Amino acid sequence: MATDVTSSDTAAAANGLPPGTDLVRLKDIASDLRCLVCQNQTIADSNAGLAVDLRNQVAKLMSQGKTDTEIKQYMVDRYGEFVLYDPPFSVSNALLWVGPFILVVAGVWITRRMIAARAQVPDVPELSEAQRAAVEARYRQGQ
Amino acid sequence: MGGRLRIILPLLVLIALAVVFVIGLQHDPRKLPSVLVDKPAPAFSLPALSEGQTVVTPDALKGKVWLMNVFASWCGACVAEHPLLLAIAAKNAVPLVGLAYKDEPADTREWLAQRGNPYTQIAIDRNGLVGIDYGVYGVPETFVIDGAGVIRYKQVGPVDEAFFTEHVAPLLAQEAH
Repeated sequence: MATDVTSSDTAAAANGLPPGTDLVRLKDIASDLRCLVCQNQTIADSNAGLAVDLRNQVAKLMSQGKTDTEIKQYMVDRYGEFVLYDPPFSVSNALLWVGPFILVVAGVWITRRMIAARAQVPDVPELSEAQRAAVEARYRQGQ
Repeated sequence: MGGRLRIILPLLVLIALAVVFVIGLQHDPRKLPSVLVDKPAPAFSLPALSEGQTVVTPDALKGKVWLMNVFASWCGACVAEHPLLLAIAAKNAVPLVGLAYKDEPADTREWLAQRGNPYTQIAIDRNGLVGIDYGVYGVPETFVIDGAGVIRYKQVGPVDEAFFTEHVAPLLAQEAH
């Protein structure tokens, strides 16, 4: 454990972070935060200037004893819910969360109706003896 | 389902989707709605770029409408909006605070010496921390703050001709009453 702390301290110092920064926890929090400049990356993945600044800010808040929720709220207060990769369910994004399930249910319902419609084979009248004989006679002629 | 509806319905769905996508394409995904609009402008106290003054803080501007423009000498789009900022400054109607964002003070000075200085005062945000408090994610950005110290508008990217008439002048008119 002691060696772990030392190596993490060296790594933290190399990144200009406060000594004793829990890099695993930093990465964990940073992975949930969107880089605003390069929107499809998290601030853990990005080396954009702002991402580096925000990572340092997360480390600073961690060293101040803030909880993960408090740190994420700090970012949301400044950059909006967009900064979260996993935004909480709310009225404004309810359709995004629920929409796919509605579409799947609707798709299953439509498919079942179409299959049921296709399965209804029209009634074929039974052939009488005479008709059957006529069909067979024509079939033999064709051979 | 009638035969005609069966043909028309997919077409209608397609048209509806096309309309949604065309509207979606007009949105610039880089322009995010600022959560700070209608919130109090975060306080700060930063070293000033000009020699005479030592600190820049929004407290000194309480009771006035003022603008804060985030800029940097390394920012290309800032060059584009600079003439408009000079025009706003020439009106002498509103204090324009410059936030030199993550810039070397010597570079900022040189950049302003070449292009003219529209700012009433300039704060040096060397490490970009005040920028984070203001939710800055690109340069330039311009904030309009009212007399109560509340952010009323945020322009992401260069200001345009309409910026002053649409977002600043109405507040100044209110202030005059």
